[in-house]
Order: sequence, then C-alpha cells, then structure tokens
Amino acid sequence: MTRDASGLSRRGLIGSAAAGGALALAGAGAMAASASTTTAAPVWSTVDFHGDKQAGITTAAQDRLHFATFDMLPSATRDDLVALLKDWTDAAARLTQGKGAGPVGPLTGPYDAPPDDTGEAIGLDPANLTITFGFGPTLFTGTDGSDRFGLKARQPAALARLPHFSGDNLDPNGSDGDLCIQACSNDPQVAVHAIRNLTRIAFGRAAVRWSQLGFGRTSSTSQAQVTPRNLFGFKDGTASLRAEDTANIDAHVWTTPSGDPATAWLDGGSYLVVRKIAMHIETWDRGSLREQEHIIGRTKAEGAPLSGGGEFTAADFALAGRGGTPLVDENSHLSMAHPDHNGGVRMLRRGYNYVDGSTQLGRLAAGLFFMAYVTDPATHYIPMQTAMASSDLLSEYLQHIGSGLWAVPPGVHEGEFVGQALFS
Amino acid sequence: MKTRVPALLVAALLLAGCTDNAPASPAGSADALDARKLTVEASDTACTLSAVTAPSGTLTFSVTNTGSQVNEFYLLASDGLRIVAEVENIGPGLTRDLVLSAPAGTYFSACKPGMVGSGIRAGFTVTDSGEPVGPTGDDAALVDAANTAYAAYVGDQVDQLLAGTKEFVAAYTAGDDDKARALYAPTRVHWERIETVAESFGDLDPKMDAREADLEQGQKWTGWHRLEKDLWPARAKGYKPLTTAERKTYADDLLANTEVLHERVQTLTYTVDGIANGAKGLLDEVATGKVTGEEEYWSRTDLWDFQANVDGARVAWEGLRDLLKRKNAALDTQIETRFTELQKLLDATKSGDGFVTYDKLDKAQVKALSDAVNALSEPLSKLAGAVLS
Repeated sequence: MTRDASGLSRRGLIGSAAAGGALALAGAGAMAASASTTTAAPVWSTVDFHGDKQAGITTAAQDRLHFATFDMLPSATRDDLVALLKDWTDAAARLTQGKGAGPVGPLTGPYDAPPDDTGEAIGLDPANLTITFGFGPTLFTGTDGSDRFGLKARQPAALARLPHFSGDNLDPNGSDGDLCIQACSNDPQVAVHAIRNLTRIAFGRAAVRWSQLGFGRTSSTSQAQVTPRNLFGFKDGTASLRAEDTANIDAHVWTTPSGDPATAWLDGGSYLVVRKIAMHIETWDRGSLREQEHIIGRTKAEGAPLSGGGEFTAADFALAGRGGTPLVDENSHLSMAHPDHNGGVRMLRRGYNYVDGSTQLGRLAAGLFFMAYVTDPATHYIPMQTAMASSDLLSEYLQHIGSGLWAVPPGVHEGEFVGQALFS
Repeated sequence: MKTRVPALLVAALLLAGCTDNAPASPAGSADALDARKLTVEASDTACTLSAVTAPSGTLTFSVTNTGSQVNEFYLLASDGLRIVAEVENIGPGLTRDLVLSAPAGTYFSACKPGMVGSGIRAGFTVTDSGEPVGPTGDDAALVDAANTAYAAYVGDQVDQLLAGTKEFVAAYTAGDDDKARALYAPTRVHWERIETVAESFGDLDPKMDAREADLEQGQKWTGWHRLEKDLWPARAKGYKPLTTAERKTYADDLLANTEVLHERVQTLTYTVDGIANGAKGLLDEVATGKVTGEEEYWSRTDLWDFQANVDGARVAWEGLRDLLKRKNAALDTQIETRFTELQKLLDATKSGDGFVTYDKLDKAQVKALSDAVNALSEPLSKLAGAVLS
C-alpha cells in the first residue's frame, strides 16, 4: 500500500491526466499519497466495480493474480446459474470496495453461525482489487452436446474451445471451465481472499475446476506503467495495447455488435484467451546472451528491436546486417508476434508470471500465465498461435500446458448482475 | 471504468471514496445508522445500551465488556423470567454480538457481571416496524422434542454397536476371518453415525478409532483399525499377522471400551446447538477422512463410513427441522435438497447390501462426491446459528 501510494500511482496520475482522464487506480493511489501527509487515516485504493465495461481489463494491470475456473454441478439448474451470478455480482461489488463478501461481514453476526466472510482480508487495502467474470463454451453446450441451461442458441460462434496447436500438452484438469473469475490486486492475499469467498458462495451450484496464482504482472495496460520482464528476463508485451489508446482498444479488444439478437448479450464485451505456458527455465539460462536476443528479436537491456532504437521504436524487419541477413530474424518472437505479420491484429495482454514450486526433478515449475483480451479469437489469437507454435524460435523453450477461452460480458450497472442480458 | 471521466469529477469521486472506504466498518458504513444495530456497554456496575427501543426485525446487540469480570447479556420477556436470547462468557475487553429475531413487545435487557444474580436490568421496547418477523413463540417444546429424539437415536445406535462388536470380536478371535471381514464395515456404521458423540469422549476415541498415522511416537495402537490391518494386510509391506493370543488381547480391549462407551452414553444429555454442530461435524469427517479414502486404508470400506456419517447428520437435522422451519425455512429446504443430491451419488456406489470399495471409484466420482459434500456442508454449517436465533 505504501509502495502503491508513493511511486507507481503518482506516476499514474500524471500519465493519465495527460491523457485527459484518470484511471480509478491511479487517482485513488495518488489520493492515498497526499492523504498520508495530512492525516493518519488510511485511504484505500479501489476500482469501481460498476460501469460500461467490466473492471480488470483496461484497468492498469495489478501486480498479483488469482484466476479460477468453475464447472456448474450436474444438479445445477438455470435458476441456480442465475442466482449464482447474482450472488457473485453482489459479493464482487462489496469485495472490490474493501467490504466483506457477505452483507454481515467477517466479525459480526450470530456467534453460533459461521461468518459470511472468511476474514483474512480484515484491515487490508483492496489494493485495486478487480473481479472479472467470463463464460466458457461448455456453459452453453455441454461436452455431450446438451443444451444444459437453455443457452445453446445464445452461444456466439467464436466461443468455441481453442483448437489443438502444434506442441500442446494440455492438462485437462488445468484447462477450460464453464465459468472463470479473474481476481487481480496489488496484494496477493486480497486476490486469494476474493476467490476463496466466491468459491464458498458457489458451493452446491458450481465447484472450482482449477485455479492459478500469478505473482508478477508481465504486461502493462497503461502508458503509466513500465514494461515488466517475464521469467526469461526480457521485457514482455511492449506492443500490447494500453488503456489510453482508446481507438485501438475499441478495434481490437471489445466485441463488435453481431447484429444477431441471440448473441447481442456480448456486444461491447470481449474474449479472454488463457494459455498456461511452461518455460524451460534451466535450458534457457544456458543460452548465450547473443542467442537469447536473437530468439526474442530484442535487446535484453532496453527491449529495443535488434534493428535499433529504443523499446518503443518500430522494428525494421528489412534492415540487414553482414551477409544480407535481417537483424531481426523472421522467426524471432518479436517478428512472429508482430501485428505486421498477423494481419494488423493487436491484443490487450494481461498475463502473469507464475511459479508452482519446483518439479520432482528440481526444476522450477514456472512460466507465463498468458491472458489476452481480444475482440475475436478467430482473428486475433488462433492464426498467430498457429504460426508461432510451428515457427517461433522461442517455442523450443516453451510448452503450452493449459488453455481456455471465455466470453467476457460487458460491464455491470447498479442493480444488474453480470451477464444479465444473456438471460433475457 | 473511469477512463473517460473529466478530471474534476474524478477528484470529487475520489473524495467520496476517502470516506466510503475508511476501513472502520468492513461490513458497510450504512450499518452505523441502522436502528436495529445496538451497542451495549457492560461494565462491572452498569449496563448501558445505545438505545432502549428498536423496530421489530432482526436485532443485533453488540455487547462490549468494559469491566473486569466475566459478563453476560440477556434479553428477557416481559415477565422478566423467560430468556428470549442470551450471550454468555464475555471476557473482559471482548465484544460479542447477540443476534435475534424480535417481534414487537416489551422486554427487559440485563447484563450479569460476574455471572451471578438477576443482573442489571432495564426495560427495552421493540416497536412494530410493520415488517414481517419470523414465527416465534415458545420454542421450548420443540427443543425438548429434538433433544429427546436425538438421545433415543444415539442410544439405539450404541446398542447396535455393542451387539455388533460382540459378534465381530467373537468371529475374529475364533479365527473366522471371512465372517469378521463381512461384519467389520456394517458394525462400524453404528460408530460412524454417532461419531461426533463418540469422539466427545477424548479418552475412548484414540483407543477405539485411531488410524496408524494418527499415533504419536511410542503410542500403542489399539482399536478397530488395528484389527482392520490384520484382516486386510494386502497393502502392508512385510506384515506380520497377529498371533491368536494377540488377537484376543486387542479384541477384548475393543469390546471393553465399547462397553464403557455404551454405559457413558446412557446418561448423556443434548442441546440443539450440540446436535446441529454434530451434524456439521459429521460432514467435516466425511470431507477430511472419507471422501479422500483415508479412514479405511486397509479395508477400503470408506463408503460405508461415508454413508453412516451422512445418516447421522441427516437424523440430527431431521430432529431439528420443526424448529428450523420456524427460524429459517429457506435454509431447511436447501439442506433437504443437498441431502437428496448427495444421497443420489452415494446410491450410485451401492453394491449388494453395501458399497463398492474406495479403490473402485474413479477420479470423477470422487470429485462429484466431494462437490456434493461441500454443497451440503455449507448450509449445514448455518444450522446451529439458525436454530439458536
């Protein structure tokens, strides 16, 4: 919190003020900074839950993640699903404002009843907690093809399980899910508290399928944030979309109106692509700096393209060096992921570094929990990943072990529940 | 999102945020203005309420003991005798909440510093808010009925446990292993149905129901699971079977302890919160020991125990249903539905008179059972609070 109040958020206010607006995150943090000099009362950093869009997408990427997916129980009905979404919406609206998960709270209520909030976030700043909900393909059509909740006709064509990509080694128990919740905060305990309590609320209607902790953001979603490094030691997501670039956000992140009343519930929403990408850390670390930079296509120090300039200088893929070989290899990660080589498509990346301890062989069980919000996975993810899986030089050091796609409905206004339009 | 909000408005919103988000009231700042939330300052000599009237509905008295003695707070009926609600054992400096559903009427509030005497009393009035208050009245008859019924159930189960154990140990000491194996799980069912009661005897439980992994260094292993390992040694590496003499020693010990349990249970009395928490406790047993296949490591008969724990929890809840329906009918319906869903899954694992062994369950079945246990445990954990409200 103090870290939040001092450095990052002050920069955030300046950056966003220059852009003619302010992210709730940046402003609230700056408020904390100024307040701390005049009064001892702590001021919390909160992000509005309600709005035209769900929070947690263009919100400046927080440092920590707890992501969970849920399957509806076989006994659950459509009414159960609606009631669950209502309960989750109410709880998320409270939690993001630093209140308890239930209306009573962690410390009050009948002494003989379990508290309706688990209590580990008592006294903690929400630290910009956002809670973002998504609907998976299996919510609409069961794996047996059934119309589980009368939603089959409402399933957008793009909301289909991602295809098999070359080299995929997916864990079925760490992939997919009827529903997903992304909880992000600058305090890991706050994010875990949110998922824990939302899980508790779901008991009897939905159960956790799998969940993932992310300890460090690998993306910046605001120009005020510096580009963080991934576990290969390189700056990641330099070209990822930033919230201030509203024209491109509109073009590449939010869904375009389908014109079909059946799928209009997703208009103005987005798709969340998740890939758990294990990194072969130990072998990567044995590569020379020359080889590492060659594979990435950028310098390790600045993140500048090998064709020259600084981090944000456009890559010159034609610029050749000795022997006529391009300085940026056409199969480098930079080249493979570049919009120029992917039909101009861009993504809002929101991934996190993860470490799940170590493997039985003593290797770091680590990698990138890749998350990207896109307008349409069929144009904005699948073609790129198909090409990268077969040709990206970096693939040798990666293995995709988890996968999922969720439709992320637009924002929730006061009195509504998330995804309400889907049920009307 | 606030990205497109003009800067001035942002400042105003943030100022509002400063007050809204003060951490003083995690449950919501509007609570402070709620006329149904009262505070009581209970010192050694005074009992000061924040208000002496409140609108009918769910009232919360937040009682802080500012004195040096252990204190109590009561809400008494207009006759000054009948206890409507109480909170006991408030240590010096502590705050406890008393939550109750109160219809309009006149009452007495009372603090009882030192837990003696008739307390420091004052009148308290609940005005008619016009909002419906759950059916009330004298619940004493329902409480008595629940306690009596549960005592009869425990008595019956412990009778059957004793009879079954006699038969089991006779077969076991006679070396009739097939018969002993056939009797093992069906007899233990009677233990598992009342497991939380049996476990309340802290000296008997470790002698009768300890698993090998539960033992402390140097502790002698006796009881059901010792005999279980001897009857199902297949998973034990290099196991040395018990001699006939050793068998008799362990079997006599188990029977003797069962007789002590049987005798002690005859004089037990019950409370509704004890019964309700027992139901929750039985489901906790399922969640931690049975659904994971840890309880019956050698015999793999975990599903018998699973069903028995569920049976016991169901009987406990059924005895409290009339009371619960008065207090919280929706919770009662939810518990009923979740019991039915869990039983459906258990029924699918039945085989003959019993169940398939745990190793026959696939991962998906275990997950489904675990989900159903979670589904039932959550509302069941609210049973005690509800019947006491």
